[in-house]
Amino acid sequence: MSPRRVLVLGATSAIARETSRRLARGGARLFLVARNAERLATVARDLEVRCGGSVGTLAADLNDETRHGEIVERADLALEGMDTVIVAHGILGDEQRGQASYAEAEIVLRTNFLSAASLLTVIAGRLEARGSGTIVAISSVAGDRGRASNYVYGASKGALSVFLQGLRNRLHRRGVRVVTVKPGFVDTPMTAHLDKGLLFARPETVARGIVRAIERGADVVYLPWFWRVIMLVIRLIPERVFKRLRL
Amino acid sequence: MQRYASWGNYPAAPQRGRRIDWRGDALPLPADGTTFLPRGLGRSYGDSCLNEGGTLLDATGLDHWIDFDEERGLLRAEAGLSLAGVLDVALPRGWFLPVTPGTKFVTLGGAVANDVHGKNHHRSGTLGRFVERIELVRSDCGRLVCSADENSDLWRATIGGLGLTGLMTWVELRLRGVRGPMIDAESVRFSSLDEFFELAVDSDSRFEYTVAWVDCSARDRSLGRGLFLRGNHATVPGPVAARRPRLAVPFDAPALLLNRWTLRAFNALYYRRQRRKVVRRTMAYDPFFYPLDLLQGWNRLYGRRGFLQYQCLVPLEAGRDALHSLFSRISASGQGSFLAVLKLFGDLPSPGLLSFPRPGPTLALDFPNRGRTTLALLDELDSIVRACGGRVYPAKDARMSAQSFQAYFPEWREFTRYIDPACSSSFWRRVTPRVEGRA
Repeated sequence: MSPRRVLVLGATSAIARETSRRLARGGARLFLVARNAERLATVARDLEVRCGGSVGTLAADLNDETRHGEIVERADLALEGMDTVIVAHGILGDEQRGQASYAEAEIVLRTNFLSAASLLTVIAGRLEARGSGTIVAISSVAGDRGRASNYVYGASKGALSVFLQGLRNRLHRRGVRVVTVKPGFVDTPMTAHLDKGLLFARPETVARGIVRAIERGADVVYLPWFWRVIMLVIRLIPERVFKRLRL
Repeated sequence: MQRYASWGNYPAAPQRGRRIDWRGDALPLPADGTTFLPRGLGRSYGDSCLNEGGTLLDATGLDHWIDFDEERGLLRAEAGLSLAGVLDVALPRGWFLPVTPGTKFVTLGGAVANDVHGKNHHRSGTLGRFVERIELVRSDCGRLVCSADENSDLWRATIGGLGLTGLMTWVELRLRGVRGPMIDAESVRFSSLDEFFELAVDSDSRFEYTVAWVDCSARDRSLGRGLFLRGNHATVPGPVAARRPRLAVPFDAPALLLNRWTLRAFNALYYRRQRRKVVRRTMAYDPFFYPLDLLQGWNRLYGRRGFLQYQCLVPLEAGRDALHSLFSRISASGQGSFLAVLKLFGDLPSPGLLSFPRPGPTLALDFPNRGRTTLALLDELDSIVRACGGRVYPAKDARMSAQSFQAYFPEWREFTRYIDPACSSSFWRRVTPRVEGRA
């Protein structure tokens, strides 16, 4: 099998970085996109030293939808035909401020859902025309059910999950796979302010699960696996009861 | 927030942590004006990796490679990269660590800050001798590249400087070329300290790596018996992929698991396991250098109360008598150590100002924490070490007195000049109580 050609969007996130390291170790060619040029160069250089070869990069703010066509085009050219795309950019946002002010909530919705939807539309069109490829997007267990403590973030990820579900249904007969990744708590800079309990996973663990999902052809993966059980229970609680819980 | 403890789980103190994930970021100083201490993988045994009441700056996210010159074996990587991470990349390309401690789960920054030594000290000295350059970010003078030629005072202070001279963001290190990942190893049984010294002197000229395990529960005539392990890099090829830990200790063991009877039985069995005088084999580097890494979280075997490590060195002239006194005292106390490790340091000097090694034998022991009886025993060991002009290793210490530390390391006064005014550690406050707040 020829090496994978992977576009990584939001490549400086901890989960994306570990996933890239794992893919590069397996011989994949990578093209990385992230907003902060200095951090992007740090991550790309690290991958080059670890695995040899050169890693393409493009510094861009993915919230600027007008650039999405150009970004995907450039990645596709640099990779000489990308076959895998990982959509990993996202923010946690300030939930309390988001619940108090729509302007704050909109930032989260824009980054986590709208920009992803726009990118996925561009990518889907390209891979569909080619009749092959794998799209992976990082959603979250938070999107499985709205909760008082994080429903703004949860809504952005829930919308993304539904979008991916539909996209998978649409692209299935076109030879393009869509993988929804739903991590639980992960110990990353995004969660630096939270108390770390037993449920926290390392980004390396999540990355291993993502690469396995890419290779095995999963549709929806919970990472680590036990979140599938936890979220099943959470989804089964009747709304009448759920609304009274402090979650 | 992450929970932080030291490897010995003693002292137990709640720690506040902050992380730094990008080397270009500004130093995230605590807003309340308290101190910070850079933190790696927390393998220091005592309180030199703790900062009670202050902040730990978790630098394990700084784990990017920056450069690797495969011709010269020169690496530049962020200080939070682990030695395991270095080996993953360097070994398949024919390069090995110039000096390695007994675990590969330490960061480059931590290895420099403790100026670690290994089984090849008699040939290569400490890790600090292979550090070409480091970048330091300080609260008072910003970002500095330090080397033997540039900011050399800070370079010397940072090597073995216990993380107190500011945040190390990257390290440039010279590696050692190897033909493959295998080690030609020999294990030789010895029955006394005299025999150990004979073996050490004889082996050090022929073997790059030497170390001995001593049965410190043995008494009287058997006192000082043990196994002498020595090895050289083999020229035969072998698998370069690192072994991952196969077993893990999932929870703190009951406090009574390691008692004087299990300890004596373990030591006697370990000694008797080898029937022949000399056993030779070619083995992978992992079990040779890092046998304990295969048991993840082995420190939890000591239970919730944790354990205390004690590593001292004594000058060569005083060596035999002092070691005899130390072993007699430990054996009489019945608090023997599961793993007593003995090694003869060589005379290659380190550039590090507070570097621990000096020529002479060094002995490392671990003791389950039994509270005052353990602390009293270690104080007695200190008086033996002080009387003969030896010293104790700060990276493994959780209890030595300020007087002892200042006697062991007279360089500490000069060192205080280089401490970042925003840096401190539980260890440093303990061993230099009077200068606290003035440094």
